[in-house]
Amino acid sequence: MIKDFVYLRPQSVKEALAMLAQYGEASKIICGGQSILILMRQGLVAPDYLIDVKQLHELDFIDFDDAKGLRIGAVTTHRKVEKSALIRRHFPVLAEMEEHLASIQTRNWGTIGGNLCHADPAGDPAPVLIALGASLRMADGKGERTVPVEEFFLDYFETVLGPDGLLLEITVPPPPPRTATAYEKFTVIESDHAVVSVACSITLDAEGQRCQDARIVLGAAAPTPKRATRAEEALVGATLEERVLDAAGRAASEEAEPITDIHASEAYRRDLVKALTRRMVRKAWETAKTVSA
Amino acid sequence: MERKILRIRVNNEDHELYIKPKTLLVEVLRDHLGLTGTKRACSTSACGACTVILNGMAVKSCSILAVQADGAEVLTVEGLANGANLDPLQRSFLDHGAYQCGFCTSGMLMSAKALLGEKARPTREEIRQGIHGNLCRCTGYNSIVRAIAAVTDGRYGEERK
Repeated sequence: MIKDFVYLRPQSVKEALAMLAQYGEASKIICGGQSILILMRQGLVAPDYLIDVKQLHELDFIDFDDAKGLRIGAVTTHRKVEKSALIRRHFPVLAEMEEHLASIQTRNWGTIGGNLCHADPAGDPAPVLIALGASLRMADGKGERTVPVEEFFLDYFETVLGPDGLLLEITVPPPPPRTATAYEKFTVIESDHAVVSVACSITLDAEGQRCQDARIVLGAAAPTPKRATRAEEALVGATLEERVLDAAGRAASEEAEPITDIHASEAYRRDLVKALTRRMVRKAWETAKTVSA
Repeated sequence: MERKILRIRVNNEDHELYIKPKTLLVEVLRDHLGLTGTKRACSTSACGACTVILNGMAVKSCSILAVQADGAEVLTVEGLANGANLDPLQRSFLDHGAYQCGFCTSGMLMSAKALLGEKARPTREEIRQGIHGNLCRCTGYNSIVRAIAAVTDGRYGEERK
C-alpha cells in the first residue's frame, strides 16, 4: 500500500532544485518510477513529497559531437537510448545493453537517469558507462558538479547525490581509437535482473596487437558497480592469449565482493565473474581489432 | 489528503477525474473507469498483464502514477474493437487459440498492438521480443506468436474494414 504524499511537478530544473532545497529528506524524486514505485508499494520508501521530473524536457535529449562525445539527458527513456541512431553508430554497446534491460514496457517509461540514481548494484547502465569512462553532471543547492560514474555510487541504493541533488546529464567521452566495449549479464531468464554482469573496454596499441588500456567493471558482484583493477593490470601490455584471459578472470573473481542470495551463492557468482570476464575481454579485444584507428 | 485533477483520454473518450496522487494508472482504468479488461496481477511490473498503450507506447499500467498520464491518450483492450468488429489481432487470437485461462490475453494483445504500431512487418524473432514483457503460464507462447504472425502476414488484412 502506497502512503499518501504531496505531488509536485516542477516546470524547470531551477524549480525542481528549489523544491528539493525546501523539502530535502522529506522528498523523493520520481522520474519514470519503474523502480521507486515498487519500493513505495512495499513501504520501503515513503516520502511526504514526491517531485516529478519526468516532464522536464530540458533534460530529455541525446547529442553527439566528435570532440565532446555523447550527452544523454537524465530523463531520457531507455527506449530512446536503445533506438538512437547516434548511439547505435558511436556506442553500440549502450544500445545493446538497453535491448536487454527489463521489458519494452519498462524501457518505454523508465529513464536511464532514474536507473542510475536508483543505484541497484544489478543495474545494467552503470557498468557499461563506467567501462566507457562516462561522467555525470548534477546539481544541488551548492551548484553544479561533474563526477565520474564510478565515483557516483556509495553503497546499495546510495549515491553521492544528497537529498537536495538532481542528476542532469550523462556524458560519455569520444571513444579512443582501436577501442571496443562489450557487456553481458548472466540472468535466469532473458532480460531479467543480472545475477552477475561484466563490462569490458579494451584499447589496443598502434600495432593492434597488445592491450594498451583496459577497463573491467563488475555488476551485481559488490554493493556498487566495481572496477576490477587487478584484472585490468593483468591485461595491459599483454597479447590475447588463453593464459592472459585466465589471469584476468581469476583476478576479477578474487576482487569481486559478491553475496549469497536467493538467486545465486557467493561461490557461484565468483565463478560467473571469472567466466564472463574472460568472455567480455575476448569479445572487446576482438572487436577492437576490427575498429579502424 | 489532496486530490489532483486528471484529464485523460481513454479509448477515444475524454475523462476528468479527481484522484489521490498515489493512484496508479491501472487503478484509474479499473476502479475509476470500470475498464476491467486491463488486468492487475503481479503489481511489480514483472508479468505484463496490465499492459496498455499510452501515447502509442506499450507500458505497464501497474507501475505508472496516473498523474503522469495527465493529458495523455490511452488505449486499453476495450478500445481495440471497432463496434462489433473485433481487431484483427483479437480475431486471430480466437482463431489460433492463443489463450487458455485468458488472464494474460489483454496485455498480450496490447503489446502486440504496440509492436504493429512500431513495425508493420516484424519478423518472428521481433514478435517474440515484442511480447517479451508479457508472461503466459498456459500456452507456451507458440499459439500467441502464430496468432500475431498471421496478422502481420496479412491474413486478416482484407477483412479489416
